[in-house]
Amino acid sequence: MEWQFFTEVLVGGLLSGVMYSLVAIGFVLIYKTSGVLNFAQGALLLFAALTFVSLAERGLPVWAAILLTLAAMTLIGALIERTVLRPLVNQPPITLFMATLGVSYVIEGAAQLLWGTQVHGLDLGIDDLPLEIGGVLISSFDLFAAAVAGAMVAALTLFFRYTRIGLGFRAVADDQLAALAVGLSLDRIWTAVWTAAGVVALVAGLLWGARLGVQFSLSLVVLKALPVLVLGGFDSIAGAIVGGLIVGAVEKLAEVYVGPFVGGGIEGWIAYVAALGFLLIRPSGLFGAKPVERV
Amino acid sequence: MPAVLSEPVVPPANGNVPSALAVEALSLSFGGVTALSDISFAVAPGEIRAVIGPNGAGKSSLLNVVSGLYRPDSGRVWLGGHSFAAVPTDRLATLGVSRTFQNLALFKGLSVLDNVAAGLSHRLRAGVLAQVIGLPAARRERAEAQAKAEELLAFLHLDDVRDRPAGTLPYGTQKRVELARALVSRPRLLLLDEPMAGMTLTEKRDLSGHIRAARDDLGATIVLIEHDIGVVMGLSDRIAVLDYGRLIADGTPDDIRNDPVVIDAYLGVAHDLEAGEGI
Amino acid sequence: MTDLALEKTATGTVRRLSPAPFGIGVLLIVAYGVPPLVASEYLFDAILTPFLALALAGLGLNILTGYAGQVSLGSSAFMAVGAYAAYNLALRLPGLPFLLDILLAGLVAAAVGLLFGLPSLRLRGFYLAVSTLAAQFFVQWVFNKVGWFSNDSPSGIVTVPPLSVAGLPLDSSAGRYLFALGVVTAVTLAVWRLVESPTGRALVALRDHETAARVIGIPVLRVKLLAFAVSSFIIGVAGVLWAFAYLRTVEPAGFNLDRSFQILFIVIIGGLASLRGAFLGAALIVVFPLLLARLGEALLGGLFDSGVLEMSQRIVLGLLIITFLIAEPAGLTALLDRAWNRICGRFRRAG
Ligand SMILES: Nc1ncnc2c1ncn2[C@@H]1O[C@H](COP(=O)(O)OP(=O)(O)OP(=O)(O)O)[C@@H](O)[C@H]1O
Ligand SMILES: [Mg+2]
Repeated sequence: MEWQFFTEVLVGGLLSGVMYSLVAIGFVLIYKTSGVLNFAQGALLLFAALTFVSLAERGLPVWAAILLTLAAMTLIGALIERTVLRPLVNQPPITLFMATLGVSYVIEGAAQLLWGTQVHGLDLGIDDLPLEIGGVLISSFDLFAAAVAGAMVAALTLFFRYTRIGLGFRAVADDQLAALAVGLSLDRIWTAVWTAAGVVALVAGLLWGARLGVQFSLSLVVLKALPVLVLGGFDSIAGAIVGGLIVGAVEKLAEVYVGPFVGGGIEGWIAYVAALGFLLIRPSGLFGAKPVERV
Repeated sequence: MPAVLSEPVVPPANGNVPSALAVEALSLSFGGVTALSDISFAVAPGEIRAVIGPNGAGKSSLLNVVSGLYRPDSGRVWLGGHSFAAVPTDRLATLGVSRTFQNLALFKGLSVLDNVAAGLSHRLRAGVLAQVIGLPAARRERAEAQAKAEELLAFLHLDDVRDRPAGTLPYGTQKRVELARALVSRPRLLLLDEPMAGMTLTEKRDLSGHIRAARDDLGATIVLIEHDIGVVMGLSDRIAVLDYGRLIADGTPDDIRNDPVVIDAYLGVAHDLEAGEGI
Repeated sequence: MTDLALEKTATGTVRRLSPAPFGIGVLLIVAYGVPPLVASEYLFDAILTPFLALALAGLGLNILTGYAGQVSLGSSAFMAVGAYAAYNLALRLPGLPFLLDILLAGLVAAAVGLLFGLPSLRLRGFYLAVSTLAAQFFVQWVFNKVGWFSNDSPSGIVTVPPLSVAGLPLDSSAGRYLFALGVVTAVTLAVWRLVESPTGRALVALRDHETAARVIGIPVLRVKLLAFAVSSFIIGVAGVLWAFAYLRTVEPAGFNLDRSFQILFIVIIGGLASLRGAFLGAALIVVFPLLLARLGEALLGGLFDSGVLEMSQRIVLGLLIITFLIAEPAGLTALLDRAWNRICGRFRRAG
């Protein structure tokens, strides 16, 4: 039935959109605290997945592999913060962005130099069986991934609402100077933020890795997250979620309903064009009013 | 630009001379903050008009509305015989209006001369190809702009730094370069947003002289935002006082000095201001 | 501002005796005269010709990013447009002289650049940077999907006709190099005139303070679009050189995101808003992988296989970018200037 098929496509799109949101949230975390659009988020994701898989393949128990990977991610985050971002403090945002572009090259190269370039399979133990819910077929893996991503978002929200560090993070995001003035330690907050971004990268890396195989192209999911960010705003977690859902849905619907007429393969750019079209109508993005530039 | 309603009308007159600038019932708010509320006043040609008021009173917002950078929620602006609901910034220079900014707004990567010559951009007619090929018309145009810029540099004693990148100059000098850039087009109306903030006493005195000369020798009408009451009293013909977005007084320096409302709202605290006066 | 030439002619009079005109003269004589006498085919095909094409692309991006301050992450899309346009012009209108093909191909690239530059009128900063990726992915997709552009070649890879100008065959390695050099010289001269003109100054004004530029009557929208068009034109011509003088084939995969980043890196490493910068950056980008390969082989021998080489190239490139951004944001240009001044100082003291 036509309607049922449409729903299937839409739900599939929304679910895969959650995976985009997950990647985008990693960006938002860093952007909110340091104003950096961290292009290396994709490379971090690749590094996390690759490290985890390689450790697990070497016989480490899963929990140990996860812990070690997390430790590595935190270390890398701290390293990036100290050696790259801190010397560039007060530089224009676009300079910082280009620096993270450099960082992504370094991490991609290092990850593959360290762990090799072959494709690793990653089995999370979830069968990708179609589930029927209300007459609509849904991939159980998608459902699982969406649930994990949802849990992740909830955990982050709780973290930022109820822990001291989390509250500090919000203070820094609102006003760095004020946060400094009341004696919040930026060092600790930044460490926490990079760790959080590392956790997000690991979770996203595992989900995406299970889907695509753990390999270089994993770092390209960053390109999926960018239109999401443009739609939802670089500094809004809610925006990342809604933007991800929209991008996921638009991509799948376009692929099914438009793709066949133009030879397919449009998922590489449709999200960009959609986000761009949207921005041209509403330059302020999904949320928030457009600020008037002060002079 | 459909947003811009422009109709030639006779602007409200001060006596029987048409005003150089008039605003009528301007209101503007940002979210919950009222920056301007029902402001009306007129500036006569050749006048030096100061706008004063405490921080956040809406002075910069007023100039930004007049130069079209902010769009007012309601009210109109009369400029050069036209009335606007929103002033078209792109046509500002052609209307004979130029301005400086509260925060430095120079083109840091360009030389001082190029910064000042850029103030004549709206007069350039030659196309980009003509410029690249170097057709005579393009060359003449450019030489003229440079000659005028040189004149202004001499006028403001900036010859020495003519070829320095603007971004490398001391703060006070940059402020002066900005004034030169605004003056080079010989504007009929010159809007200055705190041109002396952060200057030393001598620098302020020099600049006051330049501003007066801009009126006397170059024939500009001047609207000037300034916190230094001493400078304001000495320099201006009339003073408008803003407080919380409202125009609480408008008159000669003597009127203002003795106005109890102004003393309450602003002058009473002016002494504190002078010490830690911001940029 | 970092450019010697810029400082000199900004005012129309020579303020300070600069070595620039003399140096450029010598450089041109060397560039045209020496390689054809001494260079091997390898030197032409693996180093000199790709260097010229990339330098030209860097020059084009520098107009947009260095001078006008608009970051673009989709440069190689415009290289692709130029290359495919020239290929199709040569294929479908064989009567046209090739130099006209290049001009038209550049114009097509400029038109496409104008189209993708439209968002710049409303978007800024990261939003604009991300939107330029739309050009990257969309253009690459079009050339992949629409067989007409590659004359329905089943592999998508097409071989371009041999290079010849005015009946003069230029298909040897040296010939293709000289051709590329000629085009690069001409375009660079024009770009130099442009950045020195009032329009060039307007680009910088736009970059440094857009609001002030608008207030003083610079037609900001027109200037922005002009920057996109001119930049895309030059990058398109660079694409023609890449395809016709260097690779002698055209395929979409050669114009991917990595290539766009490479061009951006050339500009950053060489120096933003500097004409020399594009050349210096391109030289480094072309030469360093070869040096790295030699070095790796010497140090690690057999362990240093092509996979390791590729990864270490990525790492070194990334480190270069970071290092330059932190230590010398004005790029190789500034570095060389400083070295040059120090040498002069030493001579003066000695003499
Ligand atoms: N672009 C803007 N966006 C949001 N609020 C603004 C903007 N511009 C001004 N405001 C607000 O409007 C009010 C008036 O600001 P304005 O800059 O006009 O004051 P001012 O009189 O120039 O003060 P100062 O002496 O500090 O320069 C302030 O509360 C300010 O925060
Ligand atoms: Mg102000």
